[in-house]
Amino acid sequence: MERAAYPIDSVGVAERTKRFQARSIKAESKAGGLLLALTMLDLTTLEGADTPGKVRQLCGKAMTPDPADPGLPRVAAVCVYPSMVRTAARMLAGSGVGVASVATAFPSGQSRLKEKVEEVRFCVEEGAGEIDMVINRGAFHAGEMERVAEEIRLVKAACGEAHLKVILETGELGSLERVREASDLAMEAGADFIKTSTGKISPAATLEVTLVMLEAIRDHYWRTGRRIGMKPAGGIRTAKQALHYLVMVREVLGPEWLCPELFRFGASSLMNDILMQLRKMRTGCYSHPDDLSKE
Amino acid sequence: MKEAIEVFKTGVYAPAPERTPVHVAARYGLFIDGAFHEAEAGGSRPVENPATGERLTETAEAGEADVDKAVGAARRAFEKRWSRLPGKERGKYLYRLARLIQERSRELAVLESLDTGKPIRESRDVDVPLAAAHFFYYAGWADKIGHAFAGRAVRPYGVAGQVIPWNFPLLMAAWKMAPALACGNTLVLKPAEFTPLTAMALAGLVQEAGFPEGVINIITGGGEAGAALVGHPGVDKVAFTGSTAVGKAIQRGLAGTGKPYTLELGGKAAHLIFEDAALDEAVEGVVNGIFFNQGHVCCAGSRLLVQEGIYPDFMRRLEHRIGTLVMGDPLDKNTDIGAINNAPQMERISCYLAEAREQGLDVWQGGQAVPERGYWCRPTVVRDAPMSARIVREEVFGPVLAVQTFRTAEEAVEKANNTRYGLSGGVWTDKGSRIFKVGSAIRAGVLWANTFNKFDPTAPFGGFKESGIGREGGWHGLQCWVRTSAKG
Repeated sequence: MERAAYPIDSVGVAERTKRFQARSIKAESKAGGLLLALTMLDLTTLEGADTPGKVRQLCGKAMTPDPADPGLPRVAAVCVYPSMVRTAARMLAGSGVGVASVATAFPSGQSRLKEKVEEVRFCVEEGAGEIDMVINRGAFHAGEMERVAEEIRLVKAACGEAHLKVILETGELGSLERVREASDLAMEAGADFIKTSTGKISPAATLEVTLVMLEAIRDHYWRTGRRIGMKPAGGIRTAKQALHYLVMVREVLGPEWLCPELFRFGASSLMNDILMQLRKMRTGCYSHPDDLSKE
Repeated sequence: MKEAIEVFKTGVYAPAPERTPVHVAARYGLFIDGAFHEAEAGGSRPVENPATGERLTETAEAGEADVDKAVGAARRAFEKRWSRLPGKERGKYLYRLARLIQERSRELAVLESLDTGKPIRESRDVDVPLAAAHFFYYAGWADKIGHAFAGRAVRPYGVAGQVIPWNFPLLMAAWKMAPALACGNTLVLKPAEFTPLTAMALAGLVQEAGFPEGVINIITGGGEAGAALVGHPGVDKVAFTGSTAVGKAIQRGLAGTGKPYTLELGGKAAHLIFEDAALDEAVEGVVNGIFFNQGHVCCAGSRLLVQEGIYPDFMRRLEHRIGTLVMGDPLDKNTDIGAINNAPQMERISCYLAEAREQGLDVWQGGQAVPERGYWCRPTVVRDAPMSARIVREEVFGPVLAVQTFRTAEEAVEKANNTRYGLSGGVWTDKGSRIFKVGSAIRAGVLWANTFNKFDPTAPFGGFKESGIGREGGWHGLQCWVRTSAKG
């Protein structure tokens, strides 16, 4: 195998992520971090069983996270399948909450390029302001890097004004060096965000993978002056995990990246845990899980 | 709402102090023959918290009469009890002490951080667990000593005189005590005058573990007490960890007495960063190598040699990472860099930095805010330091990294070896064969590849050249505590 362009030592990466997890985030830091995490949520439903009704419920929650605390900020976006974009866009119009759609034969990407690009156009027409595409893993592993890049460029062109998040599906890439390679490739090809996973295979987002991607983003910024966003998705279920991610962003990329324009969490169950922790901080006691709505 | 978010983004982390309550007595006596005693001459010495300058406690100052008493107690315990116990029974006491350290780990960690100024994250995650691990490890050897040296008969020396430094007070006590006891020696241990707290707590645990009286004696005091202990004719074996200057004085003093000694002294280790190394992980290793325990580490990677092609890139990453280190209250769980251990050491570090600046060297420091009270030194990098500069040649024993570049592996090895020390070294490369080639060319007792400052009780530790004589840890560590002879 040819030598990695950017060697990465997975043992060292794991060790570094433990340091982020050892940070103790308390009191006002915790409150600020949790609120920030809320504003960075891509509240997601990507199920075969999704219905317009379910998507509308999710949109309601996205706009008013906790009716008991009307001062809470809205989430960043609601992320749905293409067929649900119109429903979500109608519900969220004027709310400040974005509509994101997965596209390009999500999650496998096993389709013809023509259909992928067509799907992206459809999503944008239906009202999606953000497109989450998957890279062509078959081509990537076969070493056809130019083909992978060209697909990203064509999808980016089809996006028009919509923001493009490129999903690397890191759980299928096999090594952190491959993750770095895919990150660099996606950023060069025009990604606005790079995203870890579809959430459909395991492992999804991990601190290790996210660290490698954040370092790629940092190096890209140092090289080009362009700030690329990051979205870990899948497997982030607790507020504490979310805080670990935010600590990592803060220390690897700096405060400029701590905003929904440059960092997102792709998650569904995370939201209620954040709300529960915020209630705990406000009232001093934990609420019953059933006090929070489950959409 | 907005303000809270802003605080998280740009402010410092909210205080997260470790709150485990600890007991610090107003005064500590000398632990001799299983009980605490006042010094014969009645002297005492204050102990301060280096992070605040506040007085923590005071300790009795051992004089010659006290040393004599302690050595006498150790002698009696050796002859009447400890040397007669089967190894399995000695092992039980060591296991008990190891478990007590684990049970009281949080309390010991807080005491260690109060006394030394080191971050609680380190005392909690490194010092205390490793100390327990050393007792566990050597407890396992206690009943196997007779089989440890093939074809040789072994017997303990007798009474050990052990003098340890202020940088890892509990851990160094464990390194010294565990193998000596496992091999059947009794001991008198003297912790450094700046950092007696965990040794005093350990004396309490020794009582709790029910060790026979006099097997472990712990006396406090300064250099004179140490010299009295090392020179006492009743001491059969000397073990010292500390500065090379004191180590040489001990060698001179013991010359001609026939008394064996082991010395674990200073270092001036180099990191060799090759251009194919995993850079971000190497940066992390360099940071851990020099800023761990504020650089008060004999095996600290205080020199950085970077291959010239990656020099600017590497330095940018390194300085970026140094900027994220949190300096401050050692008891705060987010602290990465604590206080400088004591006033004389602060003075020494300041002298080196002042001299480097006078010489016109490029001295760069992190932007951390310096607390008003106590002793502090921001993480410091001296770029392009000439090989002849004192800051490159001498052990600063502080958070100061001297950086140079190299072109070829041969040049890197020559620079790495161009020192009177030889305790440790680090090689950073993605190429396996280079690790072995370069690694075996570096004359140092411990060599880390793509990592740094990793310790384990099973691995021998010790130096070449002026870094010392003898090994601690592992099977090798047993050799320092037994006499071997032909099997009769």
